[in-house]
Order: sequence, then C-alpha cells, then structure tokens
Amino acid sequence: MENPSLVSIAHLSREKILYLMEMARDFELRPNRKILDGRIVATLFFEPSTRTRLSFETAAHRLGASVIGFTDPKVTSSTKGETLKDTIMMVSNYSDVIVMRHYLEGAALYASELTNTPVVNAGDGAHQHPSQTILDLYTILQTQGTLDNLNIYLVGDLKYGRTVHSLIMAMRHFHPTFHFISPKELAMPEEYKQYCREHDINFVEHEDFNEEIISGADILYMTRVQRERFSDLMEYERVKDIYVLRKEMLSMAKDNLRILHPLPRVNEIAQDVDDTPYAYYFEQAQNGIYAREAIICDVLGITLEEVRNDSTIIQ
Amino acid sequence: MKREQLMVAAIENGTVIDHIPSDRLFEVIRLLHIDECHHDTVFIGYNLRSGAMGKKSIIKIANRFFSEAELNQLSVVAPNVTLSLIKDYEVREKRCVRLPKELRDIIRCNNPKCICNNEPIQTRFVIIGKVGKCYYCEKEQDLTMVKLV
Ligand SMILES: [Zn+2]
Repeated sequence: MENPSLVSIAHLSREKILYLMEMARDFELRPNRKILDGRIVATLFFEPSTRTRLSFETAAHRLGASVIGFTDPKVTSSTKGETLKDTIMMVSNYSDVIVMRHYLEGAALYASELTNTPVVNAGDGAHQHPSQTILDLYTILQTQGTLDNLNIYLVGDLKYGRTVHSLIMAMRHFHPTFHFISPKELAMPEEYKQYCREHDINFVEHEDFNEEIISGADILYMTRVQRERFSDLMEYERVKDIYVLRKEMLSMAKDNLRILHPLPRVNEIAQDVDDTPYAYYFEQAQNGIYAREAIICDVLGITLEEVRNDSTIIQ
Repeated sequence: MKREQLMVAAIENGTVIDHIPSDRLFEVIRLLHIDECHHDTVFIGYNLRSGAMGKKSIIKIANRFFSEAELNQLSVVAPNVTLSLIKDYEVREKRCVRLPKELRDIIRCNNPKCICNNEPIQTRFVIIGKVGKCYYCEKEQDLTMVKLV
C-alpha cells in the first residue's frame, strides 16, 4: 500500500492538488465537525514554531480530534540522547497521525518509513513544508478562481526561502509565469531556475521592485529579507529598504492582485498596505486551518466523498 | 600477461582488479571488505608503474568472485578499474564497472543537517549523471568529491 504520509510537495500530481483544494473548500464552508471524534493527533515539534503548531492543533480540534504532543525539545528525551526513531516508534503507538516539525532535513521522510501511522511534515529544516504550500495554493485558487496561467511575483529572499521553492514546484502543473524579484545576494538559486526550464515554467528576474514591475502581477508573494542571510552587511544596508512593499507602489496594480506572505512579517510590508483591497495575508493564515483539516483527513484515509457527506457537521 | 601484472603473483582462481588509482586503493579495499576476508589469499601491488596512469595499484583476490552490485560500488571511487575473472590461471572474463542507479550505504551526505548524518540510518543516493542526490535531504553532490560512509 502506498504510504499515505505527506512529507513533500514535489511528488503531488495536479489531480491530487486539486483534490486537496476541493476538500479544503468543503472545510472552509463548514469548518466545525466531529469527523475526527475519537482520533488522536500527535504534534511533535522538535523545533518551536508557534504559528504552525497552533494552526495544526486548531485544525485537529475543529474536527473533534484530541491532541497530544510537545513543542519544546528540552522537555523530551531527545536531549537525553533518544533517537528520533525511538520517539516515533513510541508516539506512533499512541496516536493516529503524527504531525512533526524537525530541524533536520529529511526527518519527516525518515519518520514516515518507520511506522504505518501517517506522518505530516510540518517543516524539516530548510527542506520542505508542504502544508504551507497547500494553503498557499488554496489561497491563490480562492482569490483568482483558478490556478492556471497566473502571473506570480516572488519578492525578497528567494535563495533560502523554502516556501517560494515549494510553490514553484507545486505550480509546475498549472503553467504559471514567475517573476523573481530579489537582491543579487538572495537571488533564486540556479537549481530552481533549471527546474523551471525543465518543466516549461516561464520566469523573469528583476533586481528592481517598483509599481511598474508589479503592475502585471496576479499574486505578489512577499518574503522576509533577513540580515543574517547576508555575508556582506554593507549590501544588506543597501538593499534592506528596497524590498519593502508600500501602499503607493500599488497604484498600477491589477484589480485581482492579492498580496500573500507566509508570516510573520517584520517590515517588508508597510502597515498602510493592510487597508488596501489587495492585502490577503491574514486570510491566507486562516486558510491554513482549512488546508490542514484537509491534509489530516487525507492522510487518515478520509475521502472527499466522506467529507462532503459528513453527518457530524456542527452548524 | 603484461609485465606489471606479473610483478604481483598470479592466482589460480579469483578476481583481479587492475588500474586502481593508488590514492584510492584503500577505499577499494574497504568497499569490497577485502580487509575482512581471513581465508583467501590477497596480493596487493601498490604504486606500480603504468604508462597511462603514472602510478596505479592492483589487487588480486584468490577464490573470490564478487557480485555485479558489489563491483559497481567501485565506480564511485575508481570508475576506470578493469576487472578480470581468473579460472585456472586464465582470464575468463573482463569487465568494467558501471555507476549504479542507486547507492546504498556507500557514500556520505555532505549536508550536516541531513537526517542521515544524525540518526543510525543507511545512506541512500540516487545517481543522476555525475551527481548523487540524497534520498533524504535531496541535496546533490559531486561524486568525484564524496566521502565514503
Ligand atoms: Zn542528505
């Protein structure tokens, strides 16, 4: 049997992505249910990430599941030298699904091979964070009415930003045109540009960030430019204010433009943008609940059909 | 038989691994676990003169025949070795090594944050041309630079 875990976005087909979108849509319409009554969701956070953990735990609670887990690795045995394997073997006997975040790359894939309990990757180092990508896709679909043929502008740290890398991979099924806007030092790595070429994804690179450049955008995906990513601090000082989105830069924006951000933001989106009709990052975070409700149900083998005909919905 | 081969004693039956770059000799020994075979006779010629290679090494293992999978591991450290299967002092078969599609527990991932460097797991690499892609962290690495497990 195919392992039902969700550890990576790279292998999801177009059909599977659209299927998860449909399921998330049903949860958006009717988010509170008892469909997971009697089930136990374990959230194992070997590295703290409050937003992601709250989002998964809210999703589990809204569907009637119980939640166990830890968030501070200091209170668990892993600081006493227990292997990840032993932790997973133990917790898989307690729970029906394991949601895990780990600082090591490949940790979720490894965990998923140790147990028949499905594993959901909630971030493994700099590697993958598929639930973020699913909620990004859901938000794009929700705001644009389609995932096909969109102009998606990625702004900021494109070198280390795993969310933008995963988004490129997931969008390969939908014929997008990407615009990569970043300082030279944080430009899109060659391996992802090569990935675009191999998958017939159009892309354009820019160093400038202004109203003209973004006037063609359907989606403006902002990310944080972090000081610690720069080897040259002079360069950081030079560029740090260039990749900040301000309200006046939206004067030429298309009506359907929506601005996304994986949050938390620091200063890369000015506060005055929040009041424009283009700002959508808080709705995006809310969509995280529906996306994660869909992911948890899917790895547990609950089908779209069952979600639609669910008799446990709380009106 | 060539003169430099004769500098190492002939074997009646077994395997001859020739044209090993001398700086890779000990890795070849380790990969094939030749240092752990306690029953068979092994002749090793180290730093022999070779026209094409300058210095080369050769290993002759009596009474041992390796599987194709075992021999193909050598392609990572010594892609140009030549293998001869010897029966009754005669070369019965010559072979080259081929890079396999996947390497299990042969090379190490150079990503210190990879799970395979932090848990007791066999490493796994998918081979794409001259690079190996780690099954766990998906980082690619140049096969000519890799370290063995
Ligand atoms: Zn690795």
